[in-house]
Amino acid sequence: MTDFYNLDSTLSEEERAVRDTVHSFVDEKVLPVIGDCYIEGRFPKELIPEMANLGMFGANLPEEYGCAGLNNVAYGLIMHELERGDSGVRSFASVQGALVMYPIFAFGSEEQKRHYLPKMAQGEIIGCFGLTEPDYGSNPSGMITRAVVQRDGSWVINGAKMWITNGSTAQVAIIWAKTGDDKSDKSIRGFVVPTDAPGFTAKDQHGKLSLRASDTSELVLQDVRVPADALLPKSGGIKSPLMCLTQARYGIAWGAMGAAQACYEEALAYAGNRVMFGKPIAGFQLQQQRLADMLTELVKGQLLALHLGRLKDAGTFSPQQVSLAKRNNVSAATDIAREARRLLGANGILAEYSSMRHMENLESVYTYEGTHDIHTLILGQAVTGISAFE
Amino acid sequence: MKIAVCVKRVPDMDVRFRIAADNASVDEAGLKFDINDFDAWSVEAALKLKDANAGSEVTAISLGPDVVQETIRKALSMGADKGIQLKVDKVPFDGLAIARTLAEELKSGGYDLILFGKMSPDSANGVVGQMVAELLGLPCVSAISSLEIANGKGKAKRELEGAQEIVEFPLPAVLTVDEGLNQARLPSLKGIMAAKKKPLEVKPAQLPQSQLTVRKVELPPERKAGRIVGEGAAAVPELVKLLQTEAKVL
Amino acid sequence: MANVFAFAETRGGEVRKVGLEAVTAARMLADKLGGGEVHALVLGPRGVAAKASQIGEHGADVVIVVEHPDLANYSPEVATATAADRIKAGNYRAAIFSTSAQGRDLAPRIAARLGVSVVTDVLSFDVEADSIVVRHPMNIGKVIATIAITSQPAVIAMRPNVIAPAKNPKPGRVETAQPAMDPASSRVKVIETKQGGGGKLDLAEAPVVVAGGRGLKSAENFKLVEDLAAAFGNAAVGATRAVTDDGWRPHSDQIGQTGRLVSPELYVAVGISGAVQHLAGMRTSKTIVAVNKDKEAPIFKVADYGIVGDVFEVIPALTEAVREAKKHH
Repeated sequence: MTDFYNLDSTLSEEERAVRDTVHSFVDEKVLPVIGDCYIEGRFPKELIPEMANLGMFGANLPEEYGCAGLNNVAYGLIMHELERGDSGVRSFASVQGALVMYPIFAFGSEEQKRHYLPKMAQGEIIGCFGLTEPDYGSNPSGMITRAVVQRDGSWVINGAKMWITNGSTAQVAIIWAKTGDDKSDKSIRGFVVPTDAPGFTAKDQHGKLSLRASDTSELVLQDVRVPADALLPKSGGIKSPLMCLTQARYGIAWGAMGAAQACYEEALAYAGNRVMFGKPIAGFQLQQQRLADMLTELVKGQLLALHLGRLKDAGTFSPQQVSLAKRNNVSAATDIAREARRLLGANGILAEYSSMRHMENLESVYTYEGTHDIHTLILGQAVTGISAFE
Repeated sequence: MKIAVCVKRVPDMDVRFRIAADNASVDEAGLKFDINDFDAWSVEAALKLKDANAGSEVTAISLGPDVVQETIRKALSMGADKGIQLKVDKVPFDGLAIARTLAEELKSGGYDLILFGKMSPDSANGVVGQMVAELLGLPCVSAISSLEIANGKGKAKRELEGAQEIVEFPLPAVLTVDEGLNQARLPSLKGIMAAKKKPLEVKPAQLPQSQLTVRKVELPPERKAGRIVGEGAAAVPELVKLLQTEAKVL
Repeated sequence: MANVFAFAETRGGEVRKVGLEAVTAARMLADKLGGGEVHALVLGPRGVAAKASQIGEHGADVVIVVEHPDLANYSPEVATATAADRIKAGNYRAAIFSTSAQGRDLAPRIAARLGVSVVTDVLSFDVEADSIVVRHPMNIGKVIATIAITSQPAVIAMRPNVIAPAKNPKPGRVETAQPAMDPASSRVKVIETKQGGGGKLDLAEAPVVVAGGRGLKSAENFKLVEDLAAAFGNAAVGATRAVTDDGWRPHSDQIGQTGRLVSPELYVAVGISGAVQHLAGMRTSKTIVAVNKDKEAPIFKVADYGIVGDVFEVIPALTEAVREAKKHH
């Protein structure tokens, strides 16, 4: 395992133990099947029970709700190790933990928390997060999904969501919808919608060339009726879903470096064994430069994620800090994956090697959870005070 | 059932080792340590028995300096109930010294089963479990690859060269665990958090004098570089010729 | 004069090759110590006494024979009590065992009973004024330790196949003895010794080992490995951990860090990539041959001779060539 700056020495014993468990899980259970899953375009659902048993879902949520109660650095390490396996596997855990369990934890009633969280931790209920729409990606505030309250307190929801991870596997969807008459995002609220509700359909999106070992779906809600207690009572405004995104983005900053580490290690090992012109290609200056550049970006990204984790644990982190880390780390990871792919030469296009799969996956990671460009503007606004979004 | 598992912390074997300046030990700088595989299988065996026998208790015991507490906590995170560190500065090579110190602790534990790994890959001697049994006057079956316990009795299989022994024994007993008995469970994340709260007793211990001295430790001679004789079935005649004339093994 | 004790391991009433190795090693050690006697203990069912001459031929001055109908299978408690009593009474300078499955079980029990320590998997020994110095591999063979044993007796278990049984006829005077305890009162009872599949030559005894890995693609294809082993005539079949974990071959065939350590004259690795865990089990083989379709496979780094190619083409060709070569031998 690469640890050029001995980051391990700054981790606590529990953090290392958590990392080791997920690392072993990925080596033993994910890596042997993920290449085939990627080609077949399926998420390895059969791994869900073991991921749940090991406690990977909502790992940083409290023990009283059946979760592992880990700190945020440990949570980050889980994401790092999962994505060392595949971004699709890490996306599953991100969605379940940060985008489904977290909103229930942060905005739900005590009944909702006690009903859903333990079962979600055990993988018995899988969820998905319905924010993005076909015409509203980077601008979720513009969403047109509406939830209209009925005389008996129930709600009727209409709309469509797209690019929803776990959409076709999930038993519940956290649907964000506007509840007011106007177009304002202030009326956005969250609803826990059972996916078997009449009028709710989820359809897999096909033809993906990235994140293939992941279920990505369109959701259509046509007069879907949910009871009053489906509303997440403490949710209100665009801030609510954005808070969830901040949680997920934090995990992604770690995860991206996991993918990058996988690519770097694969490239390094390959370079040591591949002989050309009488010596291993690791001995050629251009490849050494590739490796040095990859390693440097890897270490930088990991340090960024680690410090961000410590800030989050201290309760002092900001969404803008998360934006910086997500933006940097995913971008750096895409470069590392691409350079690894190139170092691998012709072999690098085969599914037998992981770099190209990571390279393709990371394009989705670059785009989702706030595109690179959106995070650029978030940072721009944070430091200049001037919004350049429109 | 009351079960004790003795565990040992060893370095990751998947590295190039360097000899320390004293020439009588391996340089530990940069090495990562963990419970060894055989001991992990022992812990798993104990936990399986605990799972099957309500009210059972598993105690993880390790001899060594304070760093071994991490290894004990690994066993606790897998599901062991309590830990005991027998505190000494350094773990010697001498299996008898280790066995005597462990036996002193184990004798009053009232254990139904005491489990050891068949060997630890660092010292690679594979003797402590059998010696502890002898010192405690307990029945012992070593290198078991299958295990059944029922009604105060046990049945185990041992792998021999080209054969297997089926062995019966009464409890209490000492067993050493071989590969193939089980697959060790990964510590769950909750288990890792719970381990911190489980009792871990630190007891100072006295090692008897060793009767063995490790004089020197060295790297084995490098194998002479070999060569690729050729490609495909066409290379076979050349290989056979080399095996006959050069290597003289055919 | 310093005498040396040897344990001549038997199975099914026959002395095993590792038993003769222990006697040979004891003879060598006794000679290094100044030419004392070698006393070898052999336990078994009725009829094992007839094997005493074999033991004498390999250098034993005295062969202590313990025959008992209940010793058809190994009895650890009887063997421990009988050997320990004899070793104590005989005041031996050293007691030699083999690091066989039985030796690994027995030698430490005896040492503990005698209040002395033990070194197993010993590669070689030397004599100094007041110690016997042995070499013992540690850290999966990546490091060799030189260990001085000061206790008396020095209890040593030799690695199989490093000291070949050597004929060195000595009187081999037979002493009949009783088991030191009633086998019926043994708490640990071996109720059966089941011959494993394949049986023939054991991995630790065979001069040639042919081992197969994942490159064979399925359990059925192991026939290629078996055919090649048969062509050599004196070869045992081994496997990698990947293959035994998948259940293609039994665990006892596994060569590697957690499996068997072998040191044959010739080791042929078929479709084996050469993971560190596997190399640990065979890196001390005298000559290593590797056949693998991937020329970057790590096994080629330790192999003396390698063929890069499809095992399904190369191995049958090699099998045929070996058969021919053996015919003209």
